[in-house]
Amino acid sequence: MNLHEYQAKELLKRYGVPTQEGIAVEKVDDALNAYKQIATDSGSKFAVVKAQIHAGGRGKGRMKEAPDQAGVSVVKSAEDVERVAKGILGNTLVTIQTGEAGKKVNKILVAQDMYYDGPSERKEFYLSILLDRAEKRNVIMYSTEGGMDIEEVAHHTPEKIFKEWIHPGMPLQAFQARKIAFNFGLSGEAFKNMVKFVTNLYNAYVGLDCSMLEINPLFKSADDKIIAVDCKMGLDENALMRHPDLADMRDKSEEDPTEVEAGEYNLNYVKLDGNVGCMVNGAGLAMATMDMIKLAGGEPANFLDVGGSANAQTVEAGFRIILKDPNVKAILINIFGGIVRCDRVAAGVIEAYNKLGNINIPIIVRLQGTNAEQAKELIVNSGLKVQSAILLSEAAQLVQDAVSAN
Amino acid sequence: MSVLVNKNSRVIVQGFTGTEGTFHASQMIEFGTNVVGGVTPGKGGQTHLEKPVFNTVRDAVVATGADVSIIFVPPAFAADSVMEAADAGIKVIICITEGIPVQDMVKAREYINGKDCRLIGPNCPGVITAGEAKVGIMPGFIFKQGRIGIVSKSGTLTYEAADQVVKAGMGISTAIGIGGDPIIGTTTKEAVELLMNDPETDGIVMIGEIGGNMEAEAAKWLKDNMRKPVVGFIAGQTAPPGRRMGHAGAIIGGADDTAAAKMKIMGECGIHVVESPANIGKTMAAVLQKEMA
Repeated sequence: MNLHEYQAKELLKRYGVPTQEGIAVEKVDDALNAYKQIATDSGSKFAVVKAQIHAGGRGKGRMKEAPDQAGVSVVKSAEDVERVAKGILGNTLVTIQTGEAGKKVNKILVAQDMYYDGPSERKEFYLSILLDRAEKRNVIMYSTEGGMDIEEVAHHTPEKIFKEWIHPGMPLQAFQARKIAFNFGLSGEAFKNMVKFVTNLYNAYVGLDCSMLEINPLFKSADDKIIAVDCKMGLDENALMRHPDLADMRDKSEEDPTEVEAGEYNLNYVKLDGNVGCMVNGAGLAMATMDMIKLAGGEPANFLDVGGSANAQTVEAGFRIILKDPNVKAILINIFGGIVRCDRVAAGVIEAYNKLGNINIPIIVRLQGTNAEQAKELIVNSGLKVQSAILLSEAAQLVQDAVSAN
Repeated sequence: MSVLVNKNSRVIVQGFTGTEGTFHASQMIEFGTNVVGGVTPGKGGQTHLEKPVFNTVRDAVVATGADVSIIFVPPAFAADSVMEAADAGIKVIICITEGIPVQDMVKAREYINGKDCRLIGPNCPGVITAGEAKVGIMPGFIFKQGRIGIVSKSGTLTYEAADQVVKAGMGISTAIGIGGDPIIGTTTKEAVELLMNDPETDGIVMIGEIGGNMEAEAAKWLKDNMRKPVVGFIAGQTAPPGRRMGHAGAIIGGADDTAAAKMKIMGECGIHVVESPANIGKTMAAVLQKEMA
């Protein structure tokens, strides 16, 4: 589950991680009040207005309805704030990560400007924490090249990326925090602040059950403060059971509405762009079924895992969700019945089909495993326009026929 | 002998008296697995499915000589159950539970490191040695006895592969569901190695999916150790990058963990890679026939 920047910063504060101060608002009037507050607190007329969406590249991104307006703007007056807030709120931000459709912006963060002058040089670093699957432990990845696309840095100058692995079950050790601060080339106050920053940041990563935490830029101000200017945070959904307050931070407006609905039926659904819908039990078989659709000349319209309990209710919910997609020209149901009996699933398909009425596209049902023959008989005798298969290769052939008939 | 579990395995069920534990323990007993008891903290001393219930895994091991454990404990407590089993001296720990927080598994994986035990899973269908012991949730009747081993990250895709192998005139020695989570106890390479060294296995089906580097690691090992034919399939050739496809670990993170990249390296290392999941069984039959000729 992804969080917005303003939410992530709120959470980091709980762990004593210094962040750029800001106020998240949904209305232009509130943005003006937020600006007044920020200007008073910081003693500077400079501030930053940032669109809050679940995608990166906001600074270079542009609003669809107002192409002169970027997703992040520096402001220095109330007039600026009004103009920028009007340009962003309610409009659609297109960035390199959103795709052409872009994302509607419902919230902006009015934040303190950190790039003020002072006795020392300002610096931007990069730091992220994530799971290293191969090493089976968490890793802190960091670079002196902050504020840039880290994948570019990794590709062109891999020597500028450092990694620090953390022993499972232990906090970040002091020597590791020092190593990171030294590698950033810091000394004095900035060094001490960085040691504290990364130690607390790792505690936040573990304490919040993050799946990833990225600070880019990680900023050293001209007065040697170490601050998270931006923050991308992903949470481990499996751990939300022990963080009910974090579960409440989910912003469903950032997700595909059909995927949200599928979640309410306990179906695991991912929308894709193809023309053949599918409904499968088990994630691996579901992916394999998508691949088979492609090999048969179609394109999968979705990933849909109905899980261990394929019954009339789940099948009906699956049908409803797949049929919402106007691109779907055929549906393949692929159930390998083990503990679930195929004849029960077949009865469920027939019931759901009858209940939904006019389904005008070919439905192919492949049921294999416990009671597969009885299931096929049920489908054949139902008189419905449903084609039945037992072998996976038969199902593939039927998909091919359906696709080429279109 | 086959690998990991056989008719001599003495199996306990952790989370024995819960709904899942009860259902699957009954199924395992019906299959003929030697289930010697179970563990549910606070219910020690009771009898369930005509088997003794213990408060701790240690008690169960002392009383029954159990050497294999299967875990049906809810996600919040499952990593703890893995550590408890390892601490009590269980040799093969099979964790079925799906949805364990990843940081819990990072800790549990480290805890069992260096202990004389092997963890299978979590988020897996378990292990079955056809005709001998089923320690898992798979439909046992599909796995007709034979000489083909299966290693797979996925449940129903394992059943699919087993069914095709049987329909193509062969049978199964041991099928190992290694699990679909980002952190698992036994890697693809380790499971393949077990089967490569098993005198009762003549060929191996290796089923992977997008995400992680385990298939590539197995392929590189196989390049120098291919003493039996291996047929491989990778699920998720059509999966978009950055989206999690059901399994917690099934997510394309970069260029190396796509299905295409995995299939390429597997092919280069001598694995018979099939594009279509419908061709697993018949490819294995063809490859074995060619070897014999």
